[in-house]
Amino acid sequence: MSDAAVATMDRKPMPGMKVYNMKLGMWVFLLSEVMFFTSLIGSYIILRFAHPDHWTDPGIVLNVPLTALNTFFLICSSVTMVKAFAAIQQGDQKGLKNWLLATILIGAAFVGIQIIEYAALSSEGFLPMLDAYHAVGRGNPHEGPSLGGPLYGATFYAMTGFHGAHVSIGVLCLIFVYFRARSGAYTEESLAGVEVIGLYWHFVDLVWILLFTIVYLI
Amino acid sequence: MSTTAATETHTGHAEGHHDLGFIRTYIFSTDHKMIARQFLFVSLLFLLVGGILATMVRWQLGFPGQPMPLGGMLPDTMAPGGIILPEFYNSLVTMHATFMVFFALMPLQAGVFGNLLIPLQIGADDMAFPRLNMVSFWILPVAGIIMLASFFVEGGAAGAGWTSYAPLSSSGEWTGVYMGQILWLVSLTVLGFSSILGAVNYVTTVMNMRAPGMTWFRIPLATWSLFVTAWLLLLAIPILTGGLILLTFDQTLGTAFFRPEGSGEPLLWQHIFWFFGHPEVYILILPAMGFTSEVIANRSRKPIFGYHSMVIAMVAIGFLGWIVWGHHMFQSGMNPLLGMTFVVTTVVIAVPSAIKTFNWMGTLWRGNIHFDTPLLHAVAFVSLFIIGGLSGIFMASAPVDIYIHDTYFIVAHLHYVLVGGSLFGIFAGITYYYPKMFGRMMNEGLGKVHFFLSFLFYNMAFFPMHNLGVQGMMRRIYDPNQYEYLQGLQPMNTFISISVFLFAATQVIFAFNFLWSLRAGKEAGRNPWKSNTLLWATPSPPPHGNFPEMPIVYRGPYEYSHPDHDEDFWPQDDPPATSGSGGQPAASPNPELVPGD
Repeated sequence: MSDAAVATMDRKPMPGMKVYNMKLGMWVFLLSEVMFFTSLIGSYIILRFAHPDHWTDPGIVLNVPLTALNTFFLICSSVTMVKAFAAIQQGDQKGLKNWLLATILIGAAFVGIQIIEYAALSSEGFLPMLDAYHAVGRGNPHEGPSLGGPLYGATFYAMTGFHGAHVSIGVLCLIFVYFRARSGAYTEESLAGVEVIGLYWHFVDLVWILLFTIVYLI
Repeated sequence: MSTTAATETHTGHAEGHHDLGFIRTYIFSTDHKMIARQFLFVSLLFLLVGGILATMVRWQLGFPGQPMPLGGMLPDTMAPGGIILPEFYNSLVTMHATFMVFFALMPLQAGVFGNLLIPLQIGADDMAFPRLNMVSFWILPVAGIIMLASFFVEGGAAGAGWTSYAPLSSSGEWTGVYMGQILWLVSLTVLGFSSILGAVNYVTTVMNMRAPGMTWFRIPLATWSLFVTAWLLLLAIPILTGGLILLTFDQTLGTAFFRPEGSGEPLLWQHIFWFFGHPEVYILILPAMGFTSEVIANRSRKPIFGYHSMVIAMVAIGFLGWIVWGHHMFQSGMNPLLGMTFVVTTVVIAVPSAIKTFNWMGTLWRGNIHFDTPLLHAVAFVSLFIIGGLSGIFMASAPVDIYIHDTYFIVAHLHYVLVGGSLFGIFAGITYYYPKMFGRMMNEGLGKVHFFLSFLFYNMAFFPMHNLGVQGMMRRIYDPNQYEYLQGLQPMNTFISISVFLFAATQVIFAFNFLWSLRAGKEAGRNPWKSNTLLWATPSPPPHGNFPEMPIVYRGPYEYSHPDHDEDFWPQDDPPATSGSGGQPAASPNPELVPGD
């Protein structure tokens, strides 16, 4: 092969990953988020296997129906997020704003319901602290016998709490995106912000499905 | 040639970027080269802090119970009359390791050289996310100040060791340190964000921003090493962050994740810490391996021996690092069968490490070796890494480790890889890339004096520690003389301490050379080492935006002494000579105009 042929072959531009930097960066960042939740879930698994007596059967202490409803809300918010992105792909500014607003409201509702759930649980003595833990189970008199142990409370609040924090940050970012959308910052060609926050939002949703299963249902 | 000529004129620089003013240029800069320099100065300061703490540790071990020179300046809670208290000694050991690992070696490698080399070696104009990059830097001094502040709170700084094993770390009653431990946890949690933001940036930049022609296997090994390191940072740091947060909850809220009195699992902390900690070990050495590869190939004027195997070995090390953490825990009561598994995976890491070592030697073999300071440091890196690697095999083997676990043998081992390895690698990197960072050469004579004295005193200090460990002296001990069987080791301890003081004093030469050369060093010019990578196609220091025109890459980074080329180096962006076919257009700076096929 001649030198010239080599030169031509070599001068193709680098395609990179065929996605723009922000999207690739978000994917990469989400991998580190996976590892963060892995540390929490892994700790949970080790503690639960070591101390099964600290846990109760599902639904005795934790309010599964309420959280199931909340889970449904969060999944719905992923749908509205997809709709928002689909809207701006069509150049539909109004659709973008409305679906973003719906996602924000549902996300905020999720956090709100989680706060209500925390308040109810802590009033029933389900707390993370070693000294304060005295879970009596739902509907039981408060001076009843303690169910489970403090590791139950500690892992519950750590895992759901960090998830709730992620949802809250997501809601704040969505509000930011919403106000940018209102000022017309996104178009069919320029929709990176919507897509990237969408990736984050779906990730948070996905993690919740995992957490709901292992924290509430198993 | 044409690109090199074009860059000489600075045209793109002058009109493409307006003057940003002092604050945006020097303080809140988003320019990766300025951020690299910021990282360099701040982490060298932290290296100094870690070094001062080390000399205090060695004073106590070399001259136990005697007043330390200048020790009278310390408050009575640390060293009344200059005599170091046992509790303060615990803090010294802990903070020495913390500062060296998290605030010196990590930012010196990933922070400084990740920022400096990645965009320049792949031909990018900056990082993918310059503002995140700025945030990533500014977290470092904030975390460092939090960490330093912990010396001055009641109870002193954290004293549970840099590994902060629970339950020692999970409640203050064992060490007498309350606030200090919490600040330690907060500082490292905050610092973790710096690493993650940096890693997201590096990974995205390498994957997405390479110049035309820069295929994966034309990326210089320094960038490859930083790329693998970035993946390790990205995936390992969040594990530590999770653990740190849970430990903070134990300390502050009274949860019992790691506290045995509440059925918590202290061993869980060890698993979390070492699951992070072993990838961390490679975070601390892979970049140094990268600089070493660059320097050895360049200063031997030979292609790197086994480029592909070098890359694959680094990726293999990065992967294997995840499945060996149990070798830190042979003594934790784990099932011997599991221990055996970790022995096997750990010993397997010797294979890629040995591949790299032999490749370095193969590169030097019959090379036209230039004995400059960077090469001396790089060769020191290889030789000391071999010693540290061999002592690592002793510890990887569970039956041997049971005897030498937590003795000075491990202290010797980790200092052979972290000082002999990483720090000498960093010296190789700083002396080699200094001209690109600051536009001037460091003084060669002073550099050689610094190198030879450092190498001598370093080995005098750390080699005898193997002996101490085999004779049973345990690590982190305040005064070994409390045991009769260790009293005979005092002369050796004193010898080690004096060697450490001399090693520390030698670094003054480096500091002087570094600072003096900023102003008075010889002008470096564009490519003082006659190197091939794109980094050296830019002016020294490179202007904002790096490459006035998009460089185009035609070949691998180590084409030294190529038989088809007149000069003994052949830059990656040097267009190939047009041969008989005629009409081949000269390199087009615009990738869109480049014909595909």
